[in-house]
Amino acid sequence: MSITYLEAIREAQAHALRDDPRVFIYGQDVGAFGGAFKATKNLAKEYPGRVLDAPISEDAIVGLAVGAAIEGMRPIIEMQFADFSTVGFNQIVNQAATLFWRTQVSCPITVRLPFGGTSGSGPFHSQSLEAIYAHYPGLVVLTPATVEDAYSMLLAAVAIDDPVVFCEHKLLYYHLKADKLPSEALPIGKARIAREGRDLTIVTYSAMLYEAIDAAKELATEGWEIEVVDLRSVKPLDTDTIVASVARTGRLLCVGEAWPWGGVTAEVIARVTAEGYGLLDAPPQRLNAKDTPVPYHPNLWAAHRPTARSVAAAARNLLRQ
Amino acid sequence: MLQTVTGPGPVGQAGALRESHLAAYRFMLRARLLDEKFATLYRAGKIQGGVFLGRGQEALSAATGVSLKKTDVFAPLIRDAAGRMAFGEPILDAVRTYLGSALGPMRGRDGNVHRGRPQQGLLPMISHLGAMISVVNGILFARRLKGIPGSVGAVCLGEGATSTGSFHEALNQAAVEKLPLVLVVANNQYAYSTPNDRQFACADLTDKGVGYGVAAHAVDGTDLSACLEVIGGAVARARAGHGPQLVVASLLRLCGHGEHDDASYIVPKLKNSPLGRDCLKLAEESLQQKQFADAAQFAVWRSEAIREIEEAVAQAQREPAPDPYAEKWEALSTENFNEGQGE
Repeated sequence: MSITYLEAIREAQAHALRDDPRVFIYGQDVGAFGGAFKATKNLAKEYPGRVLDAPISEDAIVGLAVGAAIEGMRPIIEMQFADFSTVGFNQIVNQAATLFWRTQVSCPITVRLPFGGTSGSGPFHSQSLEAIYAHYPGLVVLTPATVEDAYSMLLAAVAIDDPVVFCEHKLLYYHLKADKLPSEALPIGKARIAREGRDLTIVTYSAMLYEAIDAAKELATEGWEIEVVDLRSVKPLDTDTIVASVARTGRLLCVGEAWPWGGVTAEVIARVTAEGYGLLDAPPQRLNAKDTPVPYHPNLWAAHRPTARSVAAAARNLLRQ
Repeated sequence: MLQTVTGPGPVGQAGALRESHLAAYRFMLRARLLDEKFATLYRAGKIQGGVFLGRGQEALSAATGVSLKKTDVFAPLIRDAAGRMAFGEPILDAVRTYLGSALGPMRGRDGNVHRGRPQQGLLPMISHLGAMISVVNGILFARRLKGIPGSVGAVCLGEGATSTGSFHEALNQAAVEKLPLVLVVANNQYAYSTPNDRQFACADLTDKGVGYGVAAHAVDGTDLSACLEVIGGAVARARAGHGPQLVVASLLRLCGHGEHDDASYIVPKLKNSPLGRDCLKLAEESLQQKQFADAAQFAVWRSEAIREIEEAVAQAQREPAPDPYAEKWEALSTENFNEGQGE
């Protein structure tokens, strides 16, 4: 038996609905249709009255979740695409994210964002918005890269008493498979060493993990041992694991699919530079998508985002320094 | 679907009618006096940030508050001191929040009109207009999921908020879910300085209800009796399962947007029109005419309210201000997720 990243997300939601009567799912087309990506397939039938279609109203969808959370529920919101969460942005960053700090009433909502580029999806179905949510105090931002993490971290997200922005990468939905669902997991906020090495650290997350690992494999044929850190959670950010890795390798390359300006890669470099400057043998580098909207055509899209090839090239440059 | 509201049960009975009028009037009076105290403190430099008064809107606000049960949900806006008190907010919560007492419900983290107690059904507004409607929808939705019947949620807005996307999305959502929501719109003719002819183009804001499939009711917002009848009726209809209700009250803001604003843009024609009448004076005339109370009684209530307000101000002024060194600079309730304190 094998299970995909998407099925793991569905199973985590089924598990949450089964175990916790406070959980309900609300979003566009999530009911009988089972969601645009089928992440809620059959759940409306299995849990009648708890998996509900919403009107195309992202602001009101998130606002309703906040109200339900105040009333003690644990809503899971599906944004059809992360890109559309900007319509509900105000409720996420100003309502949900400020509630606990202002009132001491916690706001346990999970907002699922199917995010990231896939070939042919274009400017409005491809965005990576983790950095913009991480910018706001009061939010937890998770970016699982594996089937196991997709499952365990979504379950953890529902259990967390704070608003969680759960960034699930669409490119991983169908192709990423595991043999079975995990029975245990690293805690939220802990990064994972996805591949050990001693010459250079690549810090990355979500789908870019696989570009980084492929780059590391390519560089291994040239004699380099590249360590790859999978952040898992961008907020909180596991600075300790990153700095410990840089202490071993002396070189840091951060890779993110999001836009460069003020992003997760910039944050990682700022922290390593501040906390581990003396550990660095070369200036830290980063590689992001280009600073334009995400293009539609596959030729342009493949050049817009970091790939194993461009990651390997950036790593080689850094290794030469 | 503009509807004629017939008087609900309690208001139909003479004793209850007198009682609801007097209760509402006393909240109006207390709110007016509390607002005046805040304006004085503001001019004396004792209040950090803005002060927002409800002058001219007390009848509407008080009528909303007294129409709700304590187990209902209420999301007031910036001119709802009367409604807040009627719903049960202590004067001390208001005073502590305006004066930034560390002991207030917001502990200096938020101020002035941004106060509430969510777990008691009183929601602290964010500044983005229309944004509280869907939150109230969510509480009502959750109560339905939990099988708790009979709650009503009331949200106060100005006419300016009816132009927002949040208003549109949330009113439509409430209609789709047939939630027991009462939206009370104070059409006070100006959103900050913007007059109605630059705000909306429908003939009447109650027209907006038609498009959403929501029952809409118009009321003279300067007339306490009319407000009690129409809002009481709308709340009763929502509670009885007739879905969301939109109430649009016509009135005039008898002050600036905040105390920093001299409201010089309000045209004399409006001030001299029936909209510009002071609802508090009208209520006093009406209560005397109905022989529910007399001038001597008003004077007693006035001095009682002043004493209560002065005591609350004196107490809050003796209380500690928030201490930045003792402050927990943590935005998340999950303690070990808080990181990077910005040092």
